[in-house]
Amino acid sequence: MSDRAFTYGIWGAALLVSSAFLWLLGDLVWHGVPHLSWSFLVSEPMNAGRAGGIAPILVSTVLILAVALVAVVPLGLGAAVWLAEYTRRGGVSGQSIRLSLDVLAGVPSIVFALFGYAFFCVFLGLGFSILSGGLTLACMILPIFIRTSEAGLAAVTDEWRHGAAALGMTRAAALWHILLPAAAPAIVAGLMLGIGRATAETAALIFTSGYVDRMPESLADSGRALAVHIYDLTMNVSGGDGAAYASALVLIVLIVAINIGALSLSDRWLTRRITTS
Amino acid sequence: MTWLKTSSLSRWHADRRLAPLLAVLAAGAALILLLVLVFLLREAWPVLNGNGWQRFFGDDGWYPLEGRFGLLAMVWATLAAAFGAILLAAPLGLACAVFVCFYASPGLAKLYRMMLALLAGIPSVVFGLWGLTVLVPLIARWQPPGASLFCAILILMLMILPTVALTSVAALNAVPKSLLHGAAALGLTRKGIILGVAVPAARAGVFGGILLATARALGETMAVLMVAGNVVQNPSGLFEPVRVLTANIALEMAYATGTHRASLFASGLMLTLLVLVLASLAARIGGHTRNV
Amino acid sequence: MTISKPELAVTYTVGDVASGPPCCEPIPHLRIANLSIAYGATTVLDDVSLNIHKGCITALIGPSGCGKTSFLSALNRLTDLMPGAQVLGSIHLNETDILDPRLDVLTLRRHIGMIFQKPNPFPLSIRRNLELPLREHGVRSRAVLEHKIETALRDVGLWEEVRDRLDAPALALSGGQQQRLCIARALVLEPSVLLMDEPCSALDPISSGVVEELILRLRGRYTVVIVTHNLAQARRIANYAAFFWMKERVGKLIEFGHCRPLFETPTHPLTAAYVSGLSG
Repeated sequence: MSDRAFTYGIWGAALLVSSAFLWLLGDLVWHGVPHLSWSFLVSEPMNAGRAGGIAPILVSTVLILAVALVAVVPLGLGAAVWLAEYTRRGGVSGQSIRLSLDVLAGVPSIVFALFGYAFFCVFLGLGFSILSGGLTLACMILPIFIRTSEAGLAAVTDEWRHGAAALGMTRAAALWHILLPAAAPAIVAGLMLGIGRATAETAALIFTSGYVDRMPESLADSGRALAVHIYDLTMNVSGGDGAAYASALVLIVLIVAINIGALSLSDRWLTRRITTS
Repeated sequence: MTWLKTSSLSRWHADRRLAPLLAVLAAGAALILLLVLVFLLREAWPVLNGNGWQRFFGDDGWYPLEGRFGLLAMVWATLAAAFGAILLAAPLGLACAVFVCFYASPGLAKLYRMMLALLAGIPSVVFGLWGLTVLVPLIARWQPPGASLFCAILILMLMILPTVALTSVAALNAVPKSLLHGAAALGLTRKGIILGVAVPAARAGVFGGILLATARALGETMAVLMVAGNVVQNPSGLFEPVRVLTANIALEMAYATGTHRASLFASGLMLTLLVLVLASLAARIGGHTRNV
Repeated sequence: MTISKPELAVTYTVGDVASGPPCCEPIPHLRIANLSIAYGATTVLDDVSLNIHKGCITALIGPSGCGKTSFLSALNRLTDLMPGAQVLGSIHLNETDILDPRLDVLTLRRHIGMIFQKPNPFPLSIRRNLELPLREHGVRSRAVLEHKIETALRDVGLWEEVRDRLDAPALALSGGQQQRLCIARALVLEPSVLLMDEPCSALDPISSGVVEELILRLRGRYTVVIVTHNLAQARRIANYAAFFWMKERVGKLIEFGHCRPLFETPTHPLTAAYVSGLSG
């Protein structure tokens, strides 16, 4: 194959993939925008979702994410701090915890659905609820959050740790005032990555937080997440395609907004620390 | 001596309480895996106990309501879909990575990477939605019924391609520039440099990315469920509907009881094992950066 | 000999060290006896005994790897942070046994400050860098904090340079300014001893000179132990010098005494060889 043919091949492949992407995006916009409106975002679904809006679904989604965050951040940060500050590189306890987290990160989401159902809904008796859904998502997000936060903390230079110790500061104070703020960009990035994954999650939520599309009144209520709503409209509701596309657009915008927010947050934090050469 | 740790003025205690608290949190995080395994095993036990699991491979067909739990057809379907997808996604993804690293201008490369990242972030339901409403009717016009193994492969390919592409970009970027300059100085064409020097140098990372993508394809549920047709049969033809293991669990969990339910849990465990083997291989292989 | 430095806008006289400003009371402030330090199976320092005198500047000289930094780290128990470190022997600060396991090292380190080779101001504002250790050690009153911060910054000659940008990031300062900030940060806790590990080696010559003068001005008020590779610097500022050398891959103290005699008429042949530049 000549060099030119190879070049054409590479450009062709790149074009192919970007065309597929644009095709998908185009269809989403084409079918979704007509159905999208302000009232779509703030009203209740009617006629099994073919008409009306997604307000209760948005609320449920936010509540599920909130539950997941509240569970993940303290547990995850605590574990990350312990791994980064209190374990040696090759130590047994640290390695076994990291291995366990790596394995957890690899578990397929449908298996988390099974676990979430068996543990949170049945064993703990939480039933189909936003609480069950959020806690299951927390289990899914935890590994990547811990690993990213640990990496962020480990990357913070030891100079500051030694400096703080030499000034007679407790490790707790050094962590709170110096180290954690310095690692904040990585921590936030890890959290956002996790939230992004959680927002896209469907299977796990079907079996833990359920299908109910009414406005939830408490965390113990069942609630339908946005991704689940899209699934229901596509598979179970004939003629629900328009609403499904509109919901898909909202979902993607949400995910993109989260990712952009994460990037800009970490950028802003980084520029605040002006370093000299 | 007033400088003792036990003195009431000492701030020593804050640190003494902190370490055990953090250790407990870390242990808790690690125990979640144990919890997952325990509960899966607990639910799957009725089937795994004794030699029940052999029925997965011995029974004729999956007719759970009649007590037949032959999973083989779905195992083949899972493997066919995943490997079909990676067969297409690997070369395409690598080509995109080569494009980003060697052919695109810096601005275009950045844009393309953003596009790949966006593609990677699209939820699987949305892929499923698009597949079902756009691809399936298209394929149906050519080869009915449309919802088929072929469609599943296409959608999966689109989903895992960013994984291959982005990890390959990272691997290619890690190749020392001196290697590439040296090859150029020897008069190699761009194709020669890429195929002869860059890709071989990056092969550990590229291969790791491919394995990761395969693991993802095996574990994918919603998109495949929505476009593959979900008929339990051996994948006899590319355009026949099939049902994969993950979709099976998702479809039947709602009403499964007893042995049926235990079988679903057991199939979930099996799948997890397979995915984990691949992921650990990926970590082991992709983790080593090797030079040509 | 008169030196005028624009940054400090001050002139002073540097004469013979022996006839410099009165500082030294030959009272032992830190008494080190039979100190040995090992990391795991590797011994880095063996059986070192010497007295650090109050108010004086003691220079630790010798080639790299002789355990000088480890020696310094043992004095404020920073060796506790190093995994596998074993410190044997005894160190006394006045009456306090520093190596006592029951000792509250957090309080110890308020009284023994340390300055590192590479300036390490925290990624916070200048004010916060100085405020944080004070708050940690119980100083809460805004007025007291402001006063101590200003005093410390004046002491290191930074006050005029940074008084109107105290809330600017400390990392935006130049290398020399950062090191002076680190010294201020140590001084703000009003320690009695200052440990300095090659404080000028990471700085350019002018900043190095400024920091060196600063150290000179601390003489009398603080007991300073300084590790330095710069023999000329040691001659310029130190009252006492301790010469370390490697014997069988273990650091040992070869000679210790008043600075001038050690440089001009050393007793030990190794010392003579080192200070004349023949070896090391």
